[in-house]
Amino acid sequence: MPNKKQIYDRDKVAIGLAIFVALISFPFWFNMGKASPAPEIKLSDKAKAAKQCIAPTAYMRAEHMAILDLWRDTVVRDAKRVYSTNDGLTFNMSLSTGENSCMGCHVTKADFCDKCHNYASVRPYCWDCHIAPKENK
Amino acid sequence: MNVNYLFSLLVVVALFLFAWVGAGVWEMKYLFGVFIPYAAFITFAIGVIYRIVNWAQSPVPFRIPTTCGQAESLPWIKQNKIDNPSTLWGVIVRMLLEVLFFRSLFRNIKLEFNAGKRIAYEWEKWLWLAALAFHWSFLAVLVRHLRFFTEPVPFAIQMLEEMDSILQVGLPVIFLSGFALLAAATYLFVRRVVIPQVRYISLPADYFPLFLIMAIAATGMFMRYLTKVDIIRIKELTMGLVSLHPAIPDGVGTLFFVHLFLVCVLFAYFPFSKLMHSGGVLMSPTRNLANNNRAKRHVNPWNYPVKVHTYEEYENEFRDRMIEAGLPVDKKE
Amino acid sequence: MSDELKPDAFLSKINGCHHQSPITGWMDTPTDIRKGMYCYAANPKSVEYLSLPHAHSWNPMDDDWKLPDNWKEILHKGFKERLERFRSLKIFMDICVRCGACADKCHFFIGTGDPKNMPVLRAELLRSVYRNDFTTAGKILGRLNGARELTMDVLKEWWYYFFQCTECRRCSVFCPYGIDTAEITIMARELLNLIGLNIDWIATPVANCFRTGNHLGIQPHAFKDMLDFFVEDIEDITGVALEPSFNKKGADILFITPSGDVFADPGTYTCMGYLILFHYLKVKYGLEVTWSTYASEGGNFGFFTSHETMKRLNSKMYAEAKRLGVKWILGGECGHMWRVIHQYMDTMNGPADFLEVPVSPITGTRFENAASTKMVHIAEFTADLIKHNKLELDKSRNDGKIVTFHDSCNPARGMGLLDEPRYVIKETCNKFYEMPSNTIREQTFCCGSGSGLNAGENMELRLAGGLPRSNAVKYVHETHGVNMLACVCAIDRAALPTLMEYWVPGVEVTGLHELVANALILPGEKERDTDLRGEPLASMEGDDAE
Repeated sequence: MPNKKQIYDRDKVAIGLAIFVALISFPFWFNMGKASPAPEIKLSDKAKAAKQCIAPTAYMRAEHMAILDLWRDTVVRDAKRVYSTNDGLTFNMSLSTGENSCMGCHVTKADFCDKCHNYASVRPYCWDCHIAPKENK
Repeated sequence: MNVNYLFSLLVVVALFLFAWVGAGVWEMKYLFGVFIPYAAFITFAIGVIYRIVNWAQSPVPFRIPTTCGQAESLPWIKQNKIDNPSTLWGVIVRMLLEVLFFRSLFRNIKLEFNAGKRIAYEWEKWLWLAALAFHWSFLAVLVRHLRFFTEPVPFAIQMLEEMDSILQVGLPVIFLSGFALLAAATYLFVRRVVIPQVRYISLPADYFPLFLIMAIAATGMFMRYLTKVDIIRIKELTMGLVSLHPAIPDGVGTLFFVHLFLVCVLFAYFPFSKLMHSGGVLMSPTRNLANNNRAKRHVNPWNYPVKVHTYEEYENEFRDRMIEAGLPVDKKE
Repeated sequence: MSDELKPDAFLSKINGCHHQSPITGWMDTPTDIRKGMYCYAANPKSVEYLSLPHAHSWNPMDDDWKLPDNWKEILHKGFKERLERFRSLKIFMDICVRCGACADKCHFFIGTGDPKNMPVLRAELLRSVYRNDFTTAGKILGRLNGARELTMDVLKEWWYYFFQCTECRRCSVFCPYGIDTAEITIMARELLNLIGLNIDWIATPVANCFRTGNHLGIQPHAFKDMLDFFVEDIEDITGVALEPSFNKKGADILFITPSGDVFADPGTYTCMGYLILFHYLKVKYGLEVTWSTYASEGGNFGFFTSHETMKRLNSKMYAEAKRLGVKWILGGECGHMWRVIHQYMDTMNGPADFLEVPVSPITGTRFENAASTKMVHIAEFTADLIKHNKLELDKSRNDGKIVTFHDSCNPARGMGLLDEPRYVIKETCNKFYEMPSNTIREQTFCCGSGSGLNAGENMELRLAGGLPRSNAVKYVHETHGVNMLACVCAIDRAALPTLMEYWVPGVEVTGLHELVANALILPGEKERDTDLRGEPLASMEGDDAE
């Protein structure tokens, strides 16, 4: 009679289970011993002074890519280049051209864009065309 | 109305509402963001191991591969080394084809009664195609999500994301796998309801995981494309889980907790359900054994002696008649 | 029932069943045990002879099946024991996702339209009780999880439907997890046997086989008589007198074939084929092949009873080979016999270390694929002889036969013997046509009478199960004029003629070695003007054969 305690094909089953455990525990051992806190955005002095971007921070965090996408279409298709906020402020609908564009305020791509994008493994194609402003040390 | 799928649908809706109210209204974010995910993961891991070990506790007394091609035979007869393997390597290839490409399901054909008088077999690869799309897109979605559980994100995962987003539609870019998963799961559900035979055999346990997966995909896509979430905060939460320093950052939306909860339910449900077919297929004796039965002896660990009718007993009964008929006998009396 | 039903009406009826959805769920549809679809209950004397449990007289049509009081307990215990012994059973109970790919692959489902004949549902009959008795989810969720208690109705359903499966494994080919309904049916029948619920068409042959060495209960002297009768017939046809050996110690090879071939047409012609081939090998090459009266059965209906019974019957093969001191064993044409030999014999009754690795003394070919079991299939053996030009053949003597080949389920899906018989046919016949590819090789359709279901009382079931096979034969009969259905299985030879007569009149059934013997030129033979059946050769009929 088969013995209930015995495991048959022990080696093959053990190999299989080892692979299974290694795979499902991947995130645990991959990050072991590494502290990886969420990145803190470094705001430029100008941005700090402005207190708020074109919309509240939470909204900007979630929707900035959609805003940029919309801006691009508006500029290219309708030749509209100026964006007015609810507060009556106006901005240049541009990622990187001039003081009144996004990068005009958020001057350092590495500190402002890349930190979070890298953390979230997002590779926006903005910089396929746009040239990042020279970064001041 | 079909009670089976209604019931499953209601369960999934209830789970959804439970998480929505629990995380959104009652603010039990630690429960939904930390406790349940850990519990689900542990249930999943231990449950799967338990099931596999439980299966392994029963031996494979006989070597019973289903042979699906010419066997190894005389040297000049061409063997089908994959569908009827006689070596370990053949078995490995057969299993890989089975697990990665659903070889057996690819054989599927459909019966037709032509004018009610003649049987014909029709091309039918939709089930195979949908199953393949379902499983592969699920895998892609799962692996893509590792970006929330690794820092830095490994190159391979970044590559997968690139491939998954080759269609640059809108921003954020579209991940094809999510849509494929939802579409395939929907197809698998619809076929269960539409094909009479399949509807007849379907249990609530067949609809439930489909609805659950559809809900997971839908909530995930909703967050990505419509409501949007603060992804940095979410990764902070998920990284907290895998680095064993769990914390609930501010600004994580309720829908995320719902999504996470449904995933947890799926993981916890997995070991106790038919979803174990993923492990079971690897241990299926009709597929994972080489057809070398007559060449190599297979041992049955519980083989026991049985009562047989010996030649001696036989000759004792028939000796006279055997001698009379001129048949040789062992004992001449 | 089917006596009155004409094929056309039968087809309409089947078609109707396929297009009519059942109104109630399968758990709520009571089993209607219908005449023509089941085999008679086992004769208690046969069950007793084998000392199998709970031999009793009962009738499936009665309400009371006269079971022991604790039958539920017996079945529960038996189920548990089998789950512990067979990983296959455990896994097949657990992992089915009910995708339905197997549904229309079953010849019984195709031929009856009864949803409980879908392999998936047949297995669910057992699984539902498994979930109820052995899984936590099933215990808690009950019917929602597809679980149900074992009741008398469920038991009757088991008995009815597990004796409507021929263990042909076709569904297993299409199942993405390889779930094998044959395995499930085997277990279910083992369970039914625990409370004495076998069918007589299985139980009595098994008892016969245990006692006399063959299913038909042919005693040694009669067995010899029957072969001697064939010898006379052969002498009439060929002019050559054969001298077959029986129970001969020191012979080179022991030959074992199903006793059905000794007993009933057209298997008898196949049997004559063996005799002719062995005679040829003896006079030409001095090879001594012996028959045995003790191990005079290749088939093994024990396989349809329980693993233990299978082992008890099978033990005779090795025992006799050992007693006679032969070098190795040659097996005749049979389906499930070869599943048992190929996949079970060595494990159950081996190791056969008293035998030699089979080598054909004529060609020198070493049968590496049988190195451990030491038993060679005669199609392999003959194919090797022909390949080495060791047989003098006159193909034209089979010209009257337009042949197609029916792969028998077990050699196809439990072994992979596909091209050897085809090679032999092509080398012995000029006219050979394959049936459509979805109906041959590993996708072959069962004759509908395997696994002990070739009784007379279940004729409607047999005709229904044989429909898909017949349908494919009909296709080649109409397109190529095929008039001869060749096979390598004794049950096929017993079952297919009935099927052909009903579904495809004008097609006869033959074994492989009947074709070989028709073509084989015996030393010293007279010019033959008939084949083994006494029918004039096509070449003799001259121009009007065209």
